This record gives sequence, C-alpha cells and structure tokens, in this order.
Amino acid sequence: MTRTNDASGGGKLPRKRFYRARAHSNPLSDSHFPVPISPEEVDLSQHYPRYFPADKGSDGEEAAAPQQIRFADVGCGFGGLLVGLSPLFPDTLMIGMELRDKVTEYVKERILALRGANPGQYDNISVVRTNSMKYIPNYFRKAQLTKMFFLFPDPHFKEKNHRRRVISMQLLDEYAYVMEVGGIIYTITDVEELGEWMRSCLEKHPLFETVPEEEIKADPVFKLLSTATEESQKVARNGGQTFYAIFRRISLQEE
Amino acid sequence: MEDNAVEEPELSGAAEFAPALVAAHPHGNSVAVAIGPELRVFDLRAGHPVSLSDDCGGHSHSDAIRAICFSVSGALFASAGDDKLVKVWKTDSWRCIQTITSEKRVSAVVISNDDLYVSFADKFGVVWLVTLREDSAEQVSVDNKPVPILGHYCSIITSMKFSPDGRFIATADRDFKIRVTLFPKNPLKGAHEIQSFCLGHTDFVSCITFTSISENQSFLISGGGDSTVRLWDYVNGCLLDTFQAKDKMGELLGPNETDDSSLAITDICPSNDGSLVAVAIQSFSGIMLLACDLVGKKLSFLKVITMEKSYIPTSLASSSASELLWTVMGASNMPSQASSHLLTRLRIITCFQKDRLSSSDAGPATLEDGDVPHGEKLLLALQGSLDVAKQEEVLASVLAALKVSMHKMLVKKHYSEERREQRKRGRNDKKMKN
Repeated sequence: MTRTNDASGGGKLPRKRFYRARAHSNPLSDSHFPVPISPEEVDLSQHYPRYFPADKGSDGEEAAAPQQIRFADVGCGFGGLLVGLSPLFPDTLMIGMELRDKVTEYVKERILALRGANPGQYDNISVVRTNSMKYIPNYFRKAQLTKMFFLFPDPHFKEKNHRRRVISMQLLDEYAYVMEVGGIIYTITDVEELGEWMRSCLEKHPLFETVPEEEIKADPVFKLLSTATEESQKVARNGGQTFYAIFRRISLQEE
Repeated sequence: MEDNAVEEPELSGAAEFAPALVAAHPHGNSVAVAIGPELRVFDLRAGHPVSLSDDCGGHSHSDAIRAICFSVSGALFASAGDDKLVKVWKTDSWRCIQTITSEKRVSAVVISNDDLYVSFADKFGVVWLVTLREDSAEQVSVDNKPVPILGHYCSIITSMKFSPDGRFIATADRDFKIRVTLFPKNPLKGAHEIQSFCLGHTDFVSCITFTSISENQSFLISGGGDSTVRLWDYVNGCLLDTFQAKDKMGELLGPNETDDSSLAITDICPSNDGSLVAVAIQSFSGIMLLACDLVGKKLSFLKVITMEKSYIPTSLASSSASELLWTVMGASNMPSQASSHLLTRLRIITCFQKDRLSSSDAGPATLEDGDVPHGEKLLLALQGSLDVAKQEEVLASVLAALKVSMHKMLVKKHYSEERREQRKRGRNDKKMKN
C-alpha cells in the first residue's frame, strides 16, 4: 500500500530485466501468499484508490455506485492486455491475476508508472498475486464478471500434467459460476494442441456456447488478444500461428 | 510438551492413522463401526452382530476405511478408503452388491437420495459417480465406470453430502471451501452448475451436514480446523451464524489447556428434530451440545457432556428413528497394538433431543456400559473387546496419533523462508523437463 509513494510513481516504467522470473510456476503446490477468505474481503481501495479512496467511504459520503470488478485476466503475465483494455473500457474495473511473484511486482509498478505519467488514466486496472485455479471463488461473487481472459496459458504438453492446464471441464465450472449469463470467455494460444483442447472443453461444457465468427470479428477486444500481450507480440515476431476459442456463458437448459 | 507430542511421530515417519468411524441406520435397524480395514456391523433389531458377505468378486477392504454412510432410505450402505475401493452393501442381507475401484485414495462417499448412484471423492479433489446396478446380474453393463462429475482443484475433499431434497450435492475441502452444486437429472454428464460457495472458515473444513425444519427448508452446518461451527443458507451461500468453540472451551477448561492446533472440530451431528447439534472437538473428552435455532438462525451453546479423560470421540452418528447419539473413538495402524486387535471405544448418549433437555433429570447423558442396548454383546461386536476402557495408555496414544495425522493431512505446511528455499533447491522436478 505504501508503494503508491515509491519513487517509481514519477512515471518511469519498470524495466523487465529487473523482474526476471521463471517461465512457469506450479499451480498445484500449496500457496503461501494471503488469500481473501471470501469476495467481501477483497479490498478494492488497495487496487483502485481513485474509485475507492481509503478511509473516506465510512464518512457518510459514499462514492457513486459501488463498483465491482468486471473483467479478469487470468495469468496476466506482464500485463499487456490490461494496459490495452484500460482506455477501451475506462469505466470498467479489471484485474489481472498472476501466480509468479516477480511478474506481479512488475505489473504493479507498471500500472503505477502509467498512472503517474497519464493522470486520470489507468485507474481502472490492477493486479493481484494469486493462484486462480484454486481461489477464483475467493475473489469474485456469483455472476460478477462479464469477461474472462486466458491468453497464451502454459501448454503443459505431457498428459500427466494436463490437470495443470488452466482450462479444464472442472475449472470451467468455477469460471461459469463467477461469470454472468452473457459474459464472454476469451482464450488464445500459439500451441495448436492446447488450442484444440481449450476449444473442446468449452464445446463440451453445458454452460458455454460458441460466439459466432462475425460477432468475434466485430468485437474490439478481439484484436487485442493477438496484439496487446507480450506473449502475442513474441508469437507475431516469430511469425507463429494463433488459435483462439471465444465462448459465451449461457444458462443451463434442463430438458 | 504439546509440541513434542506433535513432532515425535512425524520424525519417526509413522504411517497415517485413520480415525474410527460410526454410522447409524436411518431407521435404527443397525449401527456400523469402521476401524482400519475392518467393518463391524451390529443388527439392533435382532440383537446380534452381522457377518458381512462379500461374494460379488471384488476384493475386501485391505487398508483404512475413510468414509462410511447409509443411504437415506436405509436400503444401502457404502464404505470406502485408502485401499481405493468403494463397496456398496445391501443392508437387508449385508451382502456387498458392488465393488468399485478408484484410481486414487477415497476420502468421502455418499449415496444419492434415490439410491440410484454412489458418489465418491478422491484425494485429488475429484468427485466421481457410478450408477448402482440392479440386483439382477444381467444389468451389469460393461461401461459402468466411475465418471468424474465435479472437482475441487487439487484439494482433499473432507466431507460430501446430499441436500435433503436431493437437489444439491455439497462438498467441503481442506482449502476452507464448501461448494454447493446442483445435482442434475442426468448426473452422469457431470454436475457443472455451482449454486454457491459457502466461504468463511479460516482453516480446513472437516465436516458438513444438512439439517431441516420442514420439507422445503433446510440448512447446512459445518465444522472446521478453525474450531468454529457455522450455520449456512447454502442456496445463497450466506453465513448465518458462527459458533466459536474455542472461546467456549477456553471458558470451560481454562486458557492453558487450549491451544489453537488442538481444538479442531472433528465431527458434527444434528439431532433428528434439527434442534440440537452434537460437536466433537479434537482435544475435548466429551461432546459439546449446541442449540440450533433454525427459525432465528442461531447457534448457541447448551451444555457439554463430559466423559472419562481418555475418551475423545472421533466420529458421531445418530438416526432419525431414535434418540441415541453414537460416538466412537479409535485409530487404525497403531504401532503398539497387534494388527488383529483394532481398539475402538464406543459410547452412547441417550435423549439426544431438545425437548428432553427441559425435563429436569432425563436430559442427554452417557450410557454406562451395562445400560447399552444389547449390552456386552454389542460392545464386544463393535469395540472388539470389552475392557477397552481400562487400556488408558493405549487410548491416549490413539489420541496423540490422530491429532498428528489429521494435522498432517489437512493443514498446510508452513516453512520458514530459509527452509523453503532449501526445499526448492532440493526438489526433483528438474527431471521432468527435458
């Protein structure tokens, strides 16, 4: 929290080379970072100080309508998507979730620097270090999110490690729970095998339906998927192919 | 002193201990006790021990049984455990009608309210479902394999129950969570729609149970490692009330006898009218009774029933047909005892009902061994021996062992920064990358 006053607030962007991190982190291991017991305990003033001024809220003067986080970028990496989305949806709160400690630190610094350099902007994005495969329901209420992003996740090629993949039938249940009906889930990867896996999971899941191609093409967010993130830029540099699967949360129809 | 007790078995790398379990037939026909791989059943109607017949071709239990349950109708009984077997028994003949092999150790088992499915949870947090086949052998379909229907991501599921109306299946895990999932009409396709998460426990959840005031209104009660008992509106995932057992124990025992790690709730059991909840606490020799006001949505302390110092129940059960609360204590794999002789101790509390509390002298009380229904016959069958009570030091070691094994299984290990780095360096996951 005191970090807001750090020297980096002067608008200087953090340099990636000082935040060198492992490429992977084991999602199965016990976590030792603090996790909110329930969504009520998520402290928004810490993430979005402009919308939720600390301490002031209790003095009668309630800040506008209580906002909720609407977008979640799961495995946000270095935060490229958030930075791209922020000006597109200036009134929507969004959060990046990342398991790697150093990467999260980088994104924090990056957002603070951007806020410093562009007053009045980038106040709607933040990042949290967490294991979203384990703790999604600790952060979001039922039907809270309107968009979820899974961009270039770890492919985990070996069959033994498939259960570490961030998209699976099991985990889609939880994502469906935190998403509102009509909400959109975006997945993209440069690994064909994983792309097929994510698509087939979503196709099999009764709470998601595919979004028609023309609708996808008209979605301003779609372009960001393959251009905004650090990982996507790397793929583009190397002339790689990408595979996306974009689905809509629907309500369950039982015959 | 306390620390030593916890550390010692860890150093010797002792095996895991499984607590003894008890289950009561919903109509009071029989009572079952599981200890280690042994299943002991006593027929309360006929007044004699039941010999189980297991001729359906599967193996019999060879390792500790971790979960047992009767179905709501009372027609079926299921047992499952560390040997990765799930066995379903018919309770009229006590014949095993189905043996299912799990890929992983099983931590919880439950039978659907319509007796059509058996569901079990494995150590990886996946819940599987199997159709129970009809008695006739021709129904045996080749593809009657367990189907995964839901999962808690890599978290041991400690307890699993169906709601009284059968619409929901609730699962509790060691990551503080209780998940309430809609149980669909065709559950073999998976239970994907989550109704709610009941979040509030600040440590592992050890037990959950449903209780109802009327046919269409029921509540969920849970107990956990944070030594609280909580009442939930499970349809909306709202916490209605929290009872701090730790505070109460502090008042009763004095502060020096209570430390955080030893007051985990091990089991809870509602009375058949829903007005009482019996609570077993890890270091408390007896039972705590809570009044459960489902209209005012409150849990409040009523009284404790203390028992002999060496008796700390590990499992509780009651049936809707009687006012008896069955409590059992014991652990498998005790190094100090012969494998042929698995010690358990059974105690029964009578008048486990609220309206019996007001009548001055006939309130809930522990039965002396001589007053137990069917007397020595029942005790011999379910305890395995009559003089268990005299073996105080064995019972004491049972307790210490259980405490450790529960702690080891459910509580996250906390390493100092330094130690963690050291472990990271020593781990062998480099082999996996090539």
